[in-house]
Amino acid sequence: MFDRDLWREIFQSINMNRTRSVLSGFTVAFAILLFTILFGIANGLNNTFAEAFSDDANNSIFIQSGTTTTASKGYQAGRQIQFKNKDFDYIKETYGDKVQYITSRNYLNVNASFRNEKDAYSVRAVHPDHQFLENTRIKEGRYINQLDIDNKSKVIVIGRLVEEDLFLKTTALGKYLSLNGLQYKIVGIFEDDGGDNEERLIYMPVSTAQRVYGNNDYIDQINLTYNPEMDFDKAISFSNTLTTDLKDRFDVASSDQRAIRVRNLANESKTVNQMTFGLGIIILVIGFGTLIAGIVGVSNIMIFIVKERTKEIGIRKALGASPKSIVTIILAESVLITAIAGYVGLLIGMAVLKFVGPSLEVYFIKDPSVSTSLVIGATITLIVAGGIAGYLPAKKASLIKPIVALRDD
Amino acid sequence: MLNIKKLHKSYPIGDTSLHVLKGIDLSVEDGEMVAIMGSSGSGKSTLLNIIGMLDEADEGEYILDGVPIKNLTEKKAAIYRNKFLGFIFQSFNLINYKNALDNVALPLYYQGMKRQDRIEKALFHLEKVGLKPWAHHLPNELSGGQKQRVAIARALAANPKLLLADEPTGALDTKTSYEIMDFIQSLNDEGKTILIVTHEEDIAHMCKRLVRLKDGVMVEDVKVEQVRASQYV
Repeated sequence: MFDRDLWREIFQSINMNRTRSVLSGFTVAFAILLFTILFGIANGLNNTFAEAFSDDANNSIFIQSGTTTTASKGYQAGRQIQFKNKDFDYIKETYGDKVQYITSRNYLNVNASFRNEKDAYSVRAVHPDHQFLENTRIKEGRYINQLDIDNKSKVIVIGRLVEEDLFLKTTALGKYLSLNGLQYKIVGIFEDDGGDNEERLIYMPVSTAQRVYGNNDYIDQINLTYNPEMDFDKAISFSNTLTTDLKDRFDVASSDQRAIRVRNLANESKTVNQMTFGLGIIILVIGFGTLIAGIVGVSNIMIFIVKERTKEIGIRKALGASPKSIVTIILAESVLITAIAGYVGLLIGMAVLKFVGPSLEVYFIKDPSVSTSLVIGATITLIVAGGIAGYLPAKKASLIKPIVALRDD
Repeated sequence: MLNIKKLHKSYPIGDTSLHVLKGIDLSVEDGEMVAIMGSSGSGKSTLLNIIGMLDEADEGEYILDGVPIKNLTEKKAAIYRNKFLGFIFQSFNLINYKNALDNVALPLYYQGMKRQDRIEKALFHLEKVGLKPWAHHLPNELSGGQKQRVAIARALAANPKLLLADEPTGALDTKTSYEIMDFIQSLNDEGKTILIVTHEEDIAHMCKRLVRLKDGVMVEDVKVEQVRASQYV
């Protein structure tokens, strides 16, 4: 069916009507161009959001303490609220079914040295669950485990860049690193998508840090992720309950915004999710709208072509053209115009995204692009679209009676 | 070659219908050259269209080369047209964006012939009508007589059993008309069966048989002394 002669016929026909073919292709090219750019921008926006949250699990809740701003239950304002191990245990026990991962986090600043290399780093003293909260990936060795917590072991897990900075020619795993003069065994090396700063961190067991630096049971911050089976509304109500409960526990006025701060990413995630969803719908609607407009455009032109070629079709039929060969030639022409024009639109759109994309980052559009699957999908859509656009005119052409067509002068 | 019995055809016009052919009987032997004459509205073009399978009769029998032409599907009609018939039209009906060679090769394309063979055969027929040097010219670069000769070459290309010409000289001046008729006569001399619809007496007398239609019935069917067109050329 798709022999060389057919293509010769089609190219001859397109070639003789160059302006008309280009114009009808233009509609489709423009539709696909718009679609590609819109889709790319939507992707870019998504990328921006995704990156903003990729560092942390997006069902995270952060609990921090500060000083009270109002007097409450006999205490004066300005009191420092300090979380301790028992508060951590309390949350873990009370809300066990609503909590997925939970960890405490203490911050330290240390001077680290290995042989002649030394530098200052931040240390986070944490529980094992911290790994999942921060999306930390272990590159070598292991993360902090419960045994380390129980034994208050002097072990650390260092970031990829810490190893790069200090262990120039050797590997860090299993070596001892001096932090403020104390030797810690490196049991693991990690990677993190959160950027260079995240990869210049050192993790150690929270119990070790408590014993070595202050010999107390203080906790700076508690991070947890809520059970992912909860939806946004349930998650938000859970964090509200938690806030009230903790304020009671520490005799903090319920209006006090600084003594105990609970930040729930569900709030932000919900907004972002709704926005992305809405944006996706809008783009889909606009995209399909333009595509349909393009198809209608091509269909119109094809109807016109058939009308214009009525006599020619009549001649062909008188010479022995079968209805099928007439349908084929019109349909193939339609598919060809649509597919080529659509592809041109797609390529231009991708080029625009590639060249204009980087300058859009200030508008929160990061790395706008279209995926391979979209390109393949678009190709199939274009061929189908060309078929739809050409089918009715082709059918009409095949039904032309040669005697009527030949009379048409 | 051709056998028609009691052929009827009417066209609906609004609520009534126009009875165009009122029982035509016509029988044409191999190698005949028949002129179908009549004023406009006499039904001569309708008869030719039915013979050419461009239109179908309401009633009656039509047998072409032993094949009954009846209840044709579009597809079957296309095959028969391609195999049995060559058309020559008043307005030439060449495809204007194809050169002379491609126009002549078109029926062969629909026969499913290979391109190389098509071109060879088309060139042969173009040479026969004396237009080989014009093979790569578009129709609008040719004169009326040349166009009609390309059309004749195209009609001959598929080697049809029957040539149907609808006012083949209608758009040509007298001199060119005679040239074309001379060529058509030479085809008939070679044994081709030819049917010509015309309303010009001189053209009709260049055939061997004259059939006259009036208001849908045959009023005359006579053998005529053929006038050779070559004496005017």
